[in-house]
Amino acid sequence: MEQVVAVEVKPVNKKKVKKLWKIALILGIITAIEFVMAFTLPRGSLLYAGFIGLTLVKAFYIVSEFMHLKYEVKALIWSILLPIIFVIWLIVALLAEGGSIFKALY
Amino acid sequence: MEVTASVDTETQKNIWGGGTSPLKASYGKIMMWFFLLSDAFTFSGLLITYGFLRYSYPAYTGPADAFRTSQDYWPIPEKIFDAVPFLHGVHLPLLFVGLMTFILILSSVTMVLAVEAGQRMDRNDVTKWMLWTIVGGLAFLGCQAWEWSHFIAGTEEGMVLSNGVIVNGANLQINEYGPPLFASLFFFITGFHGTHVASGVLLNVIIFYNVVVGTYDKRGHYEMVEKVGLYWHFVDLVWVFVFTFFYLI
Repeated sequence: MEQVVAVEVKPVNKKKVKKLWKIALILGIITAIEFVMAFTLPRGSLLYAGFIGLTLVKAFYIVSEFMHLKYEVKALIWSILLPIIFVIWLIVALLAEGGSIFKALY
Repeated sequence: MEVTASVDTETQKNIWGGGTSPLKASYGKIMMWFFLLSDAFTFSGLLITYGFLRYSYPAYTGPADAFRTSQDYWPIPEKIFDAVPFLHGVHLPLLFVGLMTFILILSSVTMVLAVEAGQRMDRNDVTKWMLWTIVGGLAFLGCQAWEWSHFIAGTEEGMVLSNGVIVNGANLQINEYGPPLFASLFFFITGFHGTHVASGVLLNVIIFYNVVVGTYDKRGHYEMVEKVGLYWHFVDLVWVFVFTFFYLI
């Protein structure tokens, strides 16, 4: 005979679920804003800075709320975030390198 | 005397003696986090390569309305990705990619709802939300397949080279949209992300099966849903960056 497992099902945490949908709405609105910005504002570093800023806001919401990182202990948060410094270094280094190659070629 | 000594060893537990978990998370979750960190490095490598090559190519300087694709300069992405299925010939820049972004964000939400249901041991709700997540993932993959086939097939006009040859579509050798590297980067970056989505869908299906047959009810917790959820959100996170750096900028 199959073993029957008795499981206690708890009721839906309405507050939490509402918060999750709210964050989804924020993410959707930010994407819509980016979309509008792409067609109304002139291309240039200012627009790109805006895009990157909004992208980081979206990334913050996804990592902190959806991935729940905000509620982990500090040691875990920092051990995930600090290594990202290497990425920032790589961005700076390779964009400068790309600029130099452009200067040498054109 | 002896009694107090034994009490002391119990209360002042040696921190290096094992049994303590300073990160207050399970082994599986911590390992998933560090895997995702390494995966973030891989994606950063690809996206930074895009930035590097873009900086080493001339940018298009003329007015945006008069934009024509050429091998001589990097294209404006919104002029390239302007097609939507069933609306042939209509110029709808980035609309389809925007739709793909919404699909992925929504499937991320259904995933957190599955995690929330798992914490309540609610098998029916986990089943429902996992199914929606899988549907979202498959919808995204379908959109990407269409995007790829459209990119490979190219436009009717194509690009006329200086020797009169007309190039239609893009592959790893020729590219009607701009420098050949632009197409290579498109295939590599969206392809690598698409592979992640595909394996994410596969993982979700396995977890879905386990939920339906009651594996996690027997185990007493739904932590596997949380771990796969972390991976799924990461795939969404990467797409947010790909959307910005490949399509918007």
